[in-house]
Amino acid sequence: MRFDTVLLSRDAEGLFWMARYLERVENLARLIDVTQSFESPGYETQAWFGLIQINADEKNFEARGFSPDALHVKRFYLLDKGNPTSIPANIEDARTNARTLRPLMSTEMWRQINVFHRFVGRITAEDLEGDSLSRVCTALKDGVQAHTGITEGTLYRDQGWYFYHLGRVIERADQTTRMLDIKYTIILPRDGEAKRVAELTQWNAVLRAGAGYHAFKRHARAVFSAEDVVDFLLRDPSSPRSVLLSVRRAEAYLEDLRRIYGLSRANEPMEVAEYLREILTERSTGHILATGLHEYLDVVQIHLQRLAAAIGRAFFRDWRPDDGVLPADLLADAASSQSQSQGYAPLKNLDLGSGGKAEALA
Amino acid sequence: MNDIFSRAWPDYDSGRYFCELTKPRRDAGPVPGWLAERLSKIGLTALRGRAAAAETELIDLGVTFTVYSDATAIDRILPFDCIPRIITHGEWDLLERACIQRVTALNLFLGDIYGKGKIIKDGIIPAELVYGNANYRPEMQDFPVPHGTYVHVCGIDIIRDEHGDFRVLEDNARTPSGISYVIENRHLMLRTFPDLMAGIRLRPVDDYGRRLRAAMSEIAPGDLEDPQVVLLSPGIYNSAYFEHVFLAREMGVPLVVGSDLVVENERVYMRTITGLRPVHTIYRRLNDDFLDPDVFRPESMLGVRGLIGAWKAGNVAIANAVGTGVADDKAVYAYMPRIIKYYLGEEPLIQNVQTNICREKEGLAYTLANLDKLVTKPVGESGGYGITIGPRASKEELEASRAAILADPAQWISQPMIGLSVAPTLTEAGVGPRHLDLRPFIITGKESWVLPGGLTRVALKHGSLIVNSSQGGGSKDTWVLADDFAAGGPP
Repeated sequence: MRFDTVLLSRDAEGLFWMARYLERVENLARLIDVTQSFESPGYETQAWFGLIQINADEKNFEARGFSPDALHVKRFYLLDKGNPTSIPANIEDARTNARTLRPLMSTEMWRQINVFHRFVGRITAEDLEGDSLSRVCTALKDGVQAHTGITEGTLYRDQGWYFYHLGRVIERADQTTRMLDIKYTIILPRDGEAKRVAELTQWNAVLRAGAGYHAFKRHARAVFSAEDVVDFLLRDPSSPRSVLLSVRRAEAYLEDLRRIYGLSRANEPMEVAEYLREILTERSTGHILATGLHEYLDVVQIHLQRLAAAIGRAFFRDWRPDDGVLPADLLADAASSQSQSQGYAPLKNLDLGSGGKAEALA
Repeated sequence: MNDIFSRAWPDYDSGRYFCELTKPRRDAGPVPGWLAERLSKIGLTALRGRAAAAETELIDLGVTFTVYSDATAIDRILPFDCIPRIITHGEWDLLERACIQRVTALNLFLGDIYGKGKIIKDGIIPAELVYGNANYRPEMQDFPVPHGTYVHVCGIDIIRDEHGDFRVLEDNARTPSGISYVIENRHLMLRTFPDLMAGIRLRPVDDYGRRLRAAMSEIAPGDLEDPQVVLLSPGIYNSAYFEHVFLAREMGVPLVVGSDLVVENERVYMRTITGLRPVHTIYRRLNDDFLDPDVFRPESMLGVRGLIGAWKAGNVAIANAVGTGVADDKAVYAYMPRIIKYYLGEEPLIQNVQTNICREKEGLAYTLANLDKLVTKPVGESGGYGITIGPRASKEELEASRAAILADPAQWISQPMIGLSVAPTLTEAGVGPRHLDLRPFIITGKESWVLPGGLTRVALKHGSLIVNSSQGGGSKDTWVLADDFAAGGPP
């Protein structure tokens, strides 16, 4: 054991989720950008509603009173603070976590999130129109990447750093599966040359969304197939956003927590990560495509959620105890690991002040 | 010297008030003059530009307090005025000694009333005022605390009258806030106005965190070499959360909320990724009421069940101690000169503002007869709420005040209207005089230590005497000149 520094469970969870929320923002911006390039005259609605489908947001979208057209989908993700999966909501959650983590974070990190939060809060309906949307997406990506860079250069590398990065890679893996899934929802021209061109355009866009376009081109055959793209994003060992790379990194972080910091509780999540790695490597891509990419991605997503839940059970508080992994439990568990537990957050508007004679400056 | 000021700010007129900068003071040397010259050399436009940049910086850094209304949360900064307030070496010497004297008396008083109660038996202070006080905690009776220290962190609000005499306005012996602004203001000054400070030696303000941590270690139970100190905050929705973060960082201790702590077998632990870890001292920034739902408010979710039990078992230290609110009450404040004399056999080094106690017959009669000349204050409030300033009140307001006092005289005190001192402040109309006060912070473990300076709050509204941030107040950097302040020479 190298250090004996104290890390509160609450702070470990806060770091994990702060990273997840910011990673979601970047990926959502990537997805929105790519959806825009999928948009083809006459098919706008399908293209944009596909975004709702791959994020499993159908119910949420309807409940918020939106109708399934391009304008509303953009607003739902870029402006609607009341939608918990929107970019403003994710930024808000990231900043709320950052506030609780201030004692552990560098001033530079806090400042950047604070300023970025303000930028996102000022996005207006006009920014979603025409060429502005692409600029907004770029600014959102830039914002998260600035955060990533500042974190790399300033966050102290103790146990907390590992929880931050676990959150990041798990979210990234999940988001990459969703990028791949977007193809599933897109309607293509029926056949012939038009279909071939449209398909090529779409796979290129997916590669761009996954930041893999140029690397893929360097490695791919002159005439590539869908199989090659799926294989690249799913399990290229070097692509920073591939699912396999993210899972391997998660395994390595857990191993470090166990080895360097003597945290034997890392064993259970390590087993889940190992199992997930096997799922990712055992089957050929041809076989995956033949039996259904969408179904396969669902399985990967469920196991990523299991991994998050196992980390939560091992290190954070207020996670449900593991009472055997029955299918029903698995789903409940998975659902709970999609958002941060709220059990101990101080409730707003209850016990707000310190009571009595408040000797605050106010 | 006066020429310098009239050249720099021809329209500046402090009227009948004591001016903290332009009033000639022998031991301020050439510093006020330098300051005026440097400020006018920068010029109003550039000054405003820098001040705006400084405020943006505060927002970006989240040096904010949060104001909650029904559905919204707004992060506000404490407005920062870039013209510093100067305290001379000699003035500071008096302030420092007076603060230590006062805190010493407060601690002796608390030890006495939670002990044998001699001061009450000797008839110095009415029993009812102590035992009938809502902030008296029977749980504390006959429970001695380490080094006799109850008030580990104290903030004393001090003003300066028309003659330049310091007066104590209020003691804050519970969880006084504002220290983070003192230190942040200095950092901001150093970044934004290095040319203003060049060559002037000031007493540093950086030592607060280390001193506080040391005091927290001194009061920890047992003989631990490195006791685990934590800062207990109500959480991110508390308006002073930024300060809690600031202090946890400065001390280098974990910031915990109630749910991070758990009591088992009368010992306090915090929940970490490796399991439960013992906690020895809690610097708490939530009030008594919320500390332990078993003992105080049962519905409170901010505290820790069993905490008071662990404390009474001697397994954890809590700072400030429970029950200090009985000593800083506005009603008890009126007795502070007598309390100081009773325990220390000394006159107060800095006097109270003359105070009429409405629970006493004479005080009530005098107050009611002079309502239009006096400031009336409810004893249980803070933040400037409930105050009526007689000379500035309408007839209706005065009648409302009279009715409120008559309804429950024991809840009221009155004081003459003090013309708080002023200092040059950047306003929309140029540099003008604005009223201010001072809150020095005193840390006490085994002994007391006063952070040089303190928080200078300034009423930014023209003519306003209320410096509270909720009512348009801001703050200034507070410069305590070192005894060799000009040894560096002008740059």
